[in-house]
Amino acid sequence: MSATTQAPEPAKFRLDLGALAPFMALAVLMVAGYFVNTRFLDADNLSNVAARSAFIATIAVGQTLVITAGGLDLSVGSMAAFVSGVTILFLNSGAFADPTVMIGAAMVLALGLGSLCGLVNGLTTTLGGIEPFIVTLGTMGIFRSLTTWIAQGGSIVIKSPDLRADYRPVYFGAWLGVPIPVYVLLAVTLAGAFILYRTAYGRHVMAVGSNEEVARYSGVNVSRVRTLTYVLQGLCVATAVIIYIPRLGSTTSTTGLLWELNAITAVVVGGTRLKGGVGRVFGTLAGALILEAIGNIMVLSNFVSEYLIGAVQGAIIVIAMLAQRGLSRGR
Amino acid sequence: MDRESAPPEEKAPTLATVGVAKAFGPVEVLSDISLEFRAGQVHAIVGENGAGKSTLMKILSGHERPTRGQILLGGAPVAFAGPNDAERHGVALVHQELQLAPHLSVAQNMFLGRELRGRFGLDDRAMNARAAAAMGRLGAHVDVSAPVHRLSVAQRQMAQIARALDAPRKVVIFDEPTASLTPVEAGALMALIAALKQGGVAVLYISHRLEEVKAVADIVTVLRDGRWAATRPAAELRPVDMARLMVGRELSQLYPARAAAPTGEARFSAKDFTTDEQAAPASLALRPGEILGIAGLVGAGRTELFEAIVALRKGEGALTLEGAPVRFATPRAAMDEGVVYLTEDRKTKGLLLGKPLAQNLTLAALGKFTRRLVVDRAAEAKALEDATRRFDIRVRDPSIDAGQMSGGNQQKLLIAKMTLLDPKVIVIDEPTRGVDVGAKQQIYKFLADFAAQGKSVVVISSEMGELIGLCHRILVMRAGKIVGEVAGEDMTEQKIVELATGVAGAAA
Repeated sequence: MSATTQAPEPAKFRLDLGALAPFMALAVLMVAGYFVNTRFLDADNLSNVAARSAFIATIAVGQTLVITAGGLDLSVGSMAAFVSGVTILFLNSGAFADPTVMIGAAMVLALGLGSLCGLVNGLTTTLGGIEPFIVTLGTMGIFRSLTTWIAQGGSIVIKSPDLRADYRPVYFGAWLGVPIPVYVLLAVTLAGAFILYRTAYGRHVMAVGSNEEVARYSGVNVSRVRTLTYVLQGLCVATAVIIYIPRLGSTTSTTGLLWELNAITAVVVGGTRLKGGVGRVFGTLAGALILEAIGNIMVLSNFVSEYLIGAVQGAIIVIAMLAQRGLSRGR
Repeated sequence: MDRESAPPEEKAPTLATVGVAKAFGPVEVLSDISLEFRAGQVHAIVGENGAGKSTLMKILSGHERPTRGQILLGGAPVAFAGPNDAERHGVALVHQELQLAPHLSVAQNMFLGRELRGRFGLDDRAMNARAAAAMGRLGAHVDVSAPVHRLSVAQRQMAQIARALDAPRKVVIFDEPTASLTPVEAGALMALIAALKQGGVAVLYISHRLEEVKAVADIVTVLRDGRWAATRPAAELRPVDMARLMVGRELSQLYPARAAAPTGEARFSAKDFTTDEQAAPASLALRPGEILGIAGLVGAGRTELFEAIVALRKGEGALTLEGAPVRFATPRAAMDEGVVYLTEDRKTKGLLLGKPLAQNLTLAALGKFTRRLVVDRAAEAKALEDATRRFDIRVRDPSIDAGQMSGGNQQKLLIAKMTLLDPKVIVIDEPTRGVDVGAKQQIYKFLADFAAQGKSVVVISSEMGELIGLCHRILVMRAGKIVGEVAGEDMTEQKIVELATGVAGAAA
């Protein structure tokens, strides 16, 4: 970015409602939450909401890249459970005596395993030429089943109390009063936005999702671009797992259940086009916060049963799609 | 021969517009058009892109309503509720762009929205029979129960025409009907139009091909910038006169002066190159500064051959670039070596229609705009500025999406995009399809300039006029084979059509 100052930036500022909508919705929700229960806007509660949203939001940032490139990954919830299970098994293996080294090694393992899982998804869709919906539906079952198998139908728990205590701050810790997961979430979001909006690779992701043929005729290696989005998705899942493990210290066969749907909801509510070509990373963050805030408000309120959270979230996704259609430029 | 068909003037015209205007928002794209279309006459409407032809056609066929003015059908005012209503009144439009559902059959497409019903649901047999008969009348003998996507583009166009003519019509509007037809099929269409004329139908004919307009029309109306410019008997207008009226200024010469044919060593050559679609191995050689034309009917394998050469599809053969053998494993490899291909299919393969101009411009050469992974947007903006100036891309607001520009500007943007790769060999497929005459002239100039800079240019085109006007020599392909080469004095339509069809004397 050498000549930014004298840039004759021709892109006149255009009020892009599609990009602003999720943030306006989030603002409205905050106000509504305050009226439902004044405690909603307490710093404690808000930081709790943000921390809890971190898993879905982190995964959803990866999903934003996948969907922008014209793909879809349904396997992320199962993948989270699988990566989490294997990582805890590794923590229990006692490979390293020093707990800090042990935890660090476990994190590296998680990231490696996550990107490997993503690579499998990516290569199967691109080289195999199979619809990502089908491929990731398949791997979703595979990862889930593997998790159940390694957990022998039960749960996998971090055995060493020392390890557990040392790992605990990664989720429960805070710096300057802000929970660690929020920093992770922000870092992942910024990284995602940087990749999508600033790098040549991100431009290729949008081109491939916008029109695969045009990308191919422009010399873009479509398969490589797509495959890499799944690998990045795997890394995001692994990152979510790294902050998830210390929360409960265990994995069961139901860990990460329906996370894929929550992540896709966050992406769509955030304004990313489900057919690809337009990706909104910050919108995804807003989408994930909206989902978590709705749940939180319903818990804090007395007049709607929290058992209806799923229904409300479902309604949100439909409304978001309708709004997206209404706001989309062109006839 | 044009005079005998002129009907008595006192009879009310079949279709007429009185002061018709259309505005989209504050912008009036069509102003005060008063025209008469008479039974048994072919009335051509010509004009540059954006002159308002398509809008006028959409109003006449019920796709749009006029903001002002009236449409008279047989002398009585009508207001069409929509295209189906217009068709019920006997006014049918044959669309320029293909509007068929690819997975449905020809017959299913023809009867879409007005299916014939038998006692037990749809009467497929009757629909297939009628569709086959309609296609047969057009000389297109295809399996009407086969899905449309298995048909060639030309056959699909014929299916669309068949659909419009399935019922008796008073007015038939053809919007660029020959854009994707081969000369043989175009001939069948001309015969059909003659028959419609004979049957007392008022035919409206829109085309960019002025020679064709001259041949088919009785009356020519020229629109310019949404206004009426002239209506004259076709007999009184030469194509160059039409072009002048369309542009509103003197079109000195459509084709740039031809540079002397370069001699010397070939820069790029293909020897015994084969593709899956090809009947025989193809060999060709290209010199620096040369413009080589590739002629042939649609489906002759021209696009396939060159797409295979740049690795956009499978192909096998020995390629030589600047004396050294090369192999292109990917389209990117071809680009890196300086061999670029500009697709004929601008809208679905050439440009991201939903993305801004700058992103389109730099997509193929993004590496040049990337410093340490990061795209330099200032450099992109600068490149767009340079490209709009150099290639005269006319847009009021450079932040619009590529799809919002006219065909001519899109084509210029595509040329600019591929030129950023600094190519040595440029293959351009149908360079002026859907491009108006003003932009055409400019594009020819750009191609001649490329050659003058020492680049080698290959022009694949179905418009023989532009091949003859532009190229140093022309290779003719037929049914997946290079069947001949013409150069110099031999570059005549007659000669090319003979080679392309394999029939001597086919260019009657």
